[in-house]
Amino acid sequence: MKKFTKAFSVFMASALLATSLVGCGDAQGTGATETAEGAAQEEGSAAGATFKIGAIGPLTGGAAAYGNAVCNAAELAVAEINAAGGINGYQVEYSKEDDELNAEKSVNAYNTLKDWGMQILVGSTTSACSIAVSEYTKADNMFQLTPSGSAEDCVKYDNVFRVCFSDPNQGIASAQYISDHNLATKVGIIYDSSDVYSNGIYQKFVQESEGKNYEVVSAEAFTQDNNTDFSVQLQKAKDAGADLVFLPIYYKDASLILTQANTMGYAPTFFGVDGLDGILSVENFDTALAEGVMLLTPFAADATDDLTVNFVKNYKEKYGDTPNQFAADAYDAVFIIKQALESKNATPDMSTSDLCEALKSAMTEIEASGLTSTKMTWDANGEPNKEPKAVVIKDGVYVSAN
Amino acid sequence: MSFLTYLINGLSLGSIYAIIALGYTMVYGIAKMLNFAHGDFIMVGCYIIFSVSAALSGNPIIGILIAIVLCTLLGITTEFVAYRPLRGAASPLAVLITAIGVSYLLENVALLIFGADIKSFTSVVKWEGITLFDGQLKIQGVTIVTIVVSIVILIVLQLFINKTKQGQAMLAASEDKGAAALMGINVNRTIMLTFAIGSALAAIAGALLCSAYPSLSPYTGAMPGIKAFVAAVLGGIGSIPGAMIGGLVLGIVEILSKTYISSQLSDAIVFGILVIVLLVKPTGILGKKIQEKV
Repeated sequence: MKKFTKAFSVFMASALLATSLVGCGDAQGTGATETAEGAAQEEGSAAGATFKIGAIGPLTGGAAAYGNAVCNAAELAVAEINAAGGINGYQVEYSKEDDELNAEKSVNAYNTLKDWGMQILVGSTTSACSIAVSEYTKADNMFQLTPSGSAEDCVKYDNVFRVCFSDPNQGIASAQYISDHNLATKVGIIYDSSDVYSNGIYQKFVQESEGKNYEVVSAEAFTQDNNTDFSVQLQKAKDAGADLVFLPIYYKDASLILTQANTMGYAPTFFGVDGLDGILSVENFDTALAEGVMLLTPFAADATDDLTVNFVKNYKEKYGDTPNQFAADAYDAVFIIKQALESKNATPDMSTSDLCEALKSAMTEIEASGLTSTKMTWDANGEPNKEPKAVVIKDGVYVSAN
Repeated sequence: MSFLTYLINGLSLGSIYAIIALGYTMVYGIAKMLNFAHGDFIMVGCYIIFSVSAALSGNPIIGILIAIVLCTLLGITTEFVAYRPLRGAASPLAVLITAIGVSYLLENVALLIFGADIKSFTSVVKWEGITLFDGQLKIQGVTIVTIVVSIVILIVLQLFINKTKQGQAMLAASEDKGAAALMGINVNRTIMLTFAIGSALAAIAGALLCSAYPSLSPYTGAMPGIKAFVAAVLGGIGSIPGAMIGGLVLGIVEILSKTYISSQLSDAIVFGILVIVLLVKPTGILGKKIQEKV
């Protein structure tokens, strides 16, 4: 017993050590190359000042679909802005860093970008990373606009704004949408209790469901350490007679839930939020299983307005993939920054802190129009005001639900 | 009726834990080391089956056979390159830490080759399963296959160890390596054979794990590996029937506590039971009988 305890504690300690070493290795590796690039770029920018915008997201790892969407779309937006003459006549430089969906690595990525000379941050892509980074942007007084960090705490500091809905707003909007469209009489919920994003939506959804035309009959949780077997959660929803299952979770777990629901012969309507975006791109996943799945998202790639059509076309040409909602959020984020900078006639030679002050006051004054909404305004607390939209999966593609 | 459904789900999960735990327990019993990379051998097996199935788009049996062969080779190579040179090291911890290193190496190599995006695994069991009591109880094919396979493996292993010369050599090596060597047993080869069997079991466990829970990523094997390790300790590490019992108990407790207590607390309950069992019976459920050791 003693031997085992000892062995096990050593194992845990060395696992921790190994993890932290891996972290260091990565950071130093990318740091070194970035500094080299940064030095080269600083020489270049001495001739003509440029705005430097950085983006952070999980470019590898379980949420890579989000990070790549955000970083690619931001890059695309910057390229378009530069081609059209830049912001206030100044060109924009762009750099991205990987955080692997890990809050500490996100802070490392932020520091790397700061060494490169970043003035404005688009990111981080995910909530926990965005919150971690905001501690540092607050201290540095750098303007941070997260395209998709939806947890409430992401915008707790006055220098942070967001493009997407907050988690509570997604929960409220989902409840509203299900009720308004009479989608269900009995609702089951499966959520990830170890994830702040999932938990936040779940709580608001349950609160908002009081007095609606449906009833929440089961609410079952899972955790990141226990996310392979969903038979119990599904069986309970089935036994309770749920005709709609609300999934405020990420697509990785949802793809497994859909497969297991199919094998046990349970076919309710599945309704998700923006985390479900990306489910169709899971390799070898039978997209027929996702038929009829609905998700609350402000962007549908099949929309026919000029802005969306052009964006989807350019994105496909450059990255060979249909952009998702995260891409749209990030694309809008860069143009929102452009609009805000222009409204204050900002120039790149202003200090990062001055730029932040200018942008902070600009954000509450502008009314932006973009892919995710034709009318977006912001409160000083960083929350956007816009209308919720939903899409449904039909024949393997997302189409607008209404 | 739904209790039966949950119980069968628990048996299915437990059988997978049991097959993984068999690998842990055999290696521990004979080499006296914890092969923490065992869970990652499972992941490697899954990726091999996935790739072969994608390339041949045909019978998954070929994929499983190739996976068994390659995982066996991987196990032998790992033992030869990473573990054998450290067997005489002053501290038994050296080899434990190496095992963790191998685990990280395999995960990161898989990350490099296959990327981090999850892949949806096509079940190797095509059989739909059976329906009982007018459709009230549905048992999936993969569940039945998993339970049967784990029982077959248990019986074959027991026969192998008790009836064959190699098996007797394993028993001897597990009791006293020095004395076994003096009796003319090639201890190194015996340990290598143990790794080969353990790794082949990992490939089979991988095929069943990913068929039941069809999501494949470089970290697929990590958590089931830890749980199976717990199962092996619970049953009495080193004991083959113990691994089986430990796995089944763990699987059933996990599913039933998820169902009737809390879906959030199931892991806490599972590990809590481990603590209690170890306090009451530090060698695990079947850990005392030395002659049971492989």
